[in-house]
Amino acid sequence: MTRVALRGLAGRKFRASLTALAIVLGVAMISGSLVLTDTIDRAFDRIFVESYAGTDAVVSGASSDIKFEGETAESPPIPAALLDEVRAVSTVDVAAGSILEQTAVKILDRKGDPIVKNAPTFGFGIDASVSRFNPLELKDGRWPTGPAEVVIDSGTAEDERYGVGDRVQVATVRPVREFEVVGIAQYGGVESLGGATFAVFDVRTAQQLLDQEGTFDAIQVAAKAGTSPEELVADLESALGKRVTVRSGVEQANEDSEEVAGFVTFIRYFLLTFGFIALFVGAFVIFNTLSITVAQRTRELATLRTLGASRRQVLTSVLVEAFVIGALASVIGLFLGFGLAKLLNWLFKLLELELPTTGLVFATRTVVVALLVGILVTVVAGLAPALRATRVPPISAVREGATLPTGRLSRYTPYIAGVLVALAVALLGYSLFADELEIAQRLLSIAGGVLALFIGVALLSPKLVRPLARALAPVSRWVLVGLTGVYLPVLYGAWLVSEAVTGWTLGAARRAVYLLGGLLLPTAYGALVALVLRVVAGPVPSWLLVVPWLVAVTSILAAALLLLSTPVLLVLRARGAREVFARPAFERDPATEQLARENSRRNPGRTAATAAALMIGIALVTFVSVLAQGMRESNRDAITGQIKSDFVITSEDGYSEFVAGVTDAAATAPNAELVTDVRQEIGQVAGAGQNVTGVDPQQITAAYSFEWKEGSDAVLAELGRSGAIVAETFADDKDLAVGDAFTLRTPGGRHFTLTVKGIYEPPPFYPLLGAVTISRDTWDSLFENARNRFTFVNVPGEPTKEAKRAIDAAVKKYPDARVQTRQEWIDKEDSEFQQFLSMLYILLALSVIVSVFGIVNTLVLSVFERTRELGMLRAVGMTRSQTRRLIRHESVITALLGAALGLPLGIFLAALVTEALGQWDVQFRIPATPLEIFVVAAIFVGIVAALLPARRAARLDVLQALQYE
Amino acid sequence: MQTHKATAAQPARLNGSVVTATDVTRRYGHGDTAVDALRGVSLEVARGKLTAVMGPSGSGKSTLMHILAALDRPTSGWVEIDGTRLGGLSDNAITKIRRTHIGFVFQFFNLLPMLTAEENVLLPLSIAGEKPEKSFFEDLLRRIGLHDRRSHRPSELSGGQQQRVAIARALVSRPTVVFADEPTGNLDSKTGGEILELLQQSVADYQQTLVMVTHEARAAAIADRVLFLADGRIVRELECAGERDVLAAMEELTAL
Repeated sequence: MTRVALRGLAGRKFRASLTALAIVLGVAMISGSLVLTDTIDRAFDRIFVESYAGTDAVVSGASSDIKFEGETAESPPIPAALLDEVRAVSTVDVAAGSILEQTAVKILDRKGDPIVKNAPTFGFGIDASVSRFNPLELKDGRWPTGPAEVVIDSGTAEDERYGVGDRVQVATVRPVREFEVVGIAQYGGVESLGGATFAVFDVRTAQQLLDQEGTFDAIQVAAKAGTSPEELVADLESALGKRVTVRSGVEQANEDSEEVAGFVTFIRYFLLTFGFIALFVGAFVIFNTLSITVAQRTRELATLRTLGASRRQVLTSVLVEAFVIGALASVIGLFLGFGLAKLLNWLFKLLELELPTTGLVFATRTVVVALLVGILVTVVAGLAPALRATRVPPISAVREGATLPTGRLSRYTPYIAGVLVALAVALLGYSLFADELEIAQRLLSIAGGVLALFIGVALLSPKLVRPLARALAPVSRWVLVGLTGVYLPVLYGAWLVSEAVTGWTLGAARRAVYLLGGLLLPTAYGALVALVLRVVAGPVPSWLLVVPWLVAVTSILAAALLLLSTPVLLVLRARGAREVFARPAFERDPATEQLARENSRRNPGRTAATAAALMIGIALVTFVSVLAQGMRESNRDAITGQIKSDFVITSEDGYSEFVAGVTDAAATAPNAELVTDVRQEIGQVAGAGQNVTGVDPQQITAAYSFEWKEGSDAVLAELGRSGAIVAETFADDKDLAVGDAFTLRTPGGRHFTLTVKGIYEPPPFYPLLGAVTISRDTWDSLFENARNRFTFVNVPGEPTKEAKRAIDAAVKKYPDARVQTRQEWIDKEDSEFQQFLSMLYILLALSVIVSVFGIVNTLVLSVFERTRELGMLRAVGMTRSQTRRLIRHESVITALLGAALGLPLGIFLAALVTEALGQWDVQFRIPATPLEIFVVAAIFVGIVAALLPARRAARLDVLQALQYE
Repeated sequence: MQTHKATAAQPARLNGSVVTATDVTRRYGHGDTAVDALRGVSLEVARGKLTAVMGPSGSGKSTLMHILAALDRPTSGWVEIDGTRLGGLSDNAITKIRRTHIGFVFQFFNLLPMLTAEENVLLPLSIAGEKPEKSFFEDLLRRIGLHDRRSHRPSELSGGQQQRVAIARALVSRPTVVFADEPTGNLDSKTGGEILELLQQSVADYQQTLVMVTHEARAAAIADRVLFLADGRIVRELECAGERDVLAAMEELTAL
């Protein structure tokens, strides 16, 4: 029996491989995600391990242990004098102080812009004389020894073609300065640092540049021979006391990698999600394909039953088939994952989200997971068809045209589906609105709910196929006619080329028509591509705005051409000319259309399952797009609601803190009417980590508008040394009222008591200030490093381009400062958001591609099944192009069904999630353009999917087809 | 000409029977549209003999064979194969009976296209998880005339050769009874003749009980016994009849 299944599979190689493709992509995504994140993991591991390879113990500032939104407050620096105390410990062999800065140091590119790619920009002060502590490896040159020398990372050196001896500008806490590159370095074994950069100075220079004179960030210590790291740590702890944290090198490496590991794990699950989505869609395709093949093999299965095969054997044979398909697909997918890992890395790089990598890591776990998941999904998807196969009665072996009996449960399918949908909605409601759920619990029940929802709707959809197909058929017809207008130029172009190659045999008039078509071709396609780009990549350069116009003009021209050509073609045909277009595109072809419509309705279950695969992809992109639109609106409202100033200065990346000196620099601009800044750092307030901001009470109201809950702008004047304004959510959370006191602990270890003077209510989606706001003077006295979150600038009159230029010039020496108007800031955030959205679209496109294979599969199989029927149609006079049109039409109807089911589902999910995110004030907006494009994409999917099956159908030999059994 | 006539009312019972049917009726559909395909058929099939069931189209002969072969269930009455009553058996039990007691030869051959001739022949054994007896199997292939075609796929064989494979497949497990459903229905007359000869030979060589449904007089003529079916009843029976006797009997039937 197994042999029968395997041989059967081998005999249907083409169909089997089409089926397998449905799983290959999902498995590839899973294996690719694992390979990439493992590679990133290893790179980070290398970095951390190498960082402390020669270090037995590390002395750093006493950890404050303050955490807020996944970020840990930096430990305070330690006094340089401590180095001597360390060296005095008897078991210490060597010790050296170092500086490690993660954000402030930025290397400038050759154009004078800071190199910032959503990754740390390290600044090191390293005592190169003690090489055992040095994590870096010189590739070229030497270590820096003076105030004008720097060593940079090899990635930056390569990208910007900086070499030893070149001059390079580096921004630090001090204004930007020029240094000489004296060396190029890298972490040993780490191929790429991703988006991160580093600049290495000697310790004294680093201290100066980063305002850390007299302090170190860490002291690295090596033990004397015979002393273990643990003993050394104990000795240092007893010598230095509680002022500092002492860790062994290994502990420190673990500590450092912990944060990063969490981040990499997040990325791993994020990417895996898309793999699982693609697999889920693939499962639909497998289910459908196997169902069809089982139905087509009814007689074969019945024959096996008459020869003594038991139900169990039939079940096994179908499952073996599924297993083999799954196994083959998984193996291919596994290796394809390698390529995909590179592709994903490239995608990250494109979006400036690149992370460090080494040579690709291929873990055993990757193999096991990819194979297991791929095979399991295929076999589970094959279970239902296999069970149906067992119900083939042996008597079907002797009956012509025997069909599979409907299942015992099929009568109840609508009820089951209804229950499933209800269950799904309940589960989603619970997971989204129930309080106090663990994140993992919440995510799991969301995933379960969405899964059940998709399956439920898919089960319901056969009921919807008939009415929807009826409604969509005319849409499909007009779409196809319309698109003929677009792809006709391609045909013209192709003819043009072939005519040119074979020598001109056409008359002058026709040649002119073809030439015109050939000219329209690139414009039409450029237009389409541009339109798609607009949605995927967000705001486009203004010259591309010409494109929609071109689309319109081209379409009109093409349509006119078609209309005009219709009478010409009719005349030509009447004269018996054998022409390329035997049938003018605008002429109705009711017979073909009706056949296509009926075909898509005659097996509703099959059409529904095919459409359901596409539905999932469309629903998810719709969901993402609607939710994103709402968030964008909320973001915009939050920013416009809070900011009053003409200009906002942020760091280049928009979220890091930047050098406080920017404020003074901006004040030197001749047109600066008011310049005020917002300091920000994490502090422990009333027992929880929060952002603590410092503002100038006199000036802040000119730049930022407080939505007062209790108090007014007048409160700011009364802040004094210990007054604080708190956000309403924080006040509620901590049960604070005006007049209440609470404590603040800084990362540096200072304790301070604050009193609530006012409560305000910032927009929950994007509060620009921290939960606690105090006066800047108090802030500066409490926190170690004066870093700004914003600097606001007002100018007299409108914020014109000239005004901006003046401020730009004033802060030029701090290249990390980005000056922008409120609108520019919103646009910038929008485009960054759009970038993230594009990545989601690209990752979701994977599942859409899988559903394309699903449609191809179904069509190929039905062409096979209908061979005789098609032969008959051809025998009674259907032309090849009509046959093609028949299949294409059917395909587009199926694709439109997918869109018709997916769009509302996606909007529903988005509405649900928006509701759940109510506390962050996310709005609900349905963006028209992307949704329109998704529909167009669905139609495109239909047309592309029909290409191959339509070709096969049109190529059938009439005689053979009629005799086909 | 009339020598081997039996009255229609008498049940056709013989000694040493391996398949018996008792008062079998089969009704399709319900109410007004109900059709009675069989209206009370009782018969016995003798061991080691070739029994033919003849009748005009619509006479119920196919339905009868389906019920005898456990492919279909009677509306009333029962069937026994080798002493086991089929009614009420589970699917697994019937599967077991198919493995040990029943072989099939189909009108459209029903070979599996992806298997070779030899593999097709061996299929019933491999489904049952048994190994063929080497000498018997080789002998069978030689007798059927397939020994030089054993590695061909069905698509590489002529219709007659395909039916030979199917016959060998039906014989390979040495079942109690082989059912042949219009075995020559899809073949030209020369090939059909060869196949009939082969069937007759197999019955003789292996003492194989065989029930054949046919509407061709020539096919029925090779049978030891011919049962005539009309309107769902056995109306006549001939033993060792020649082709002309069968034809005459058929003519009489259609004239009724």
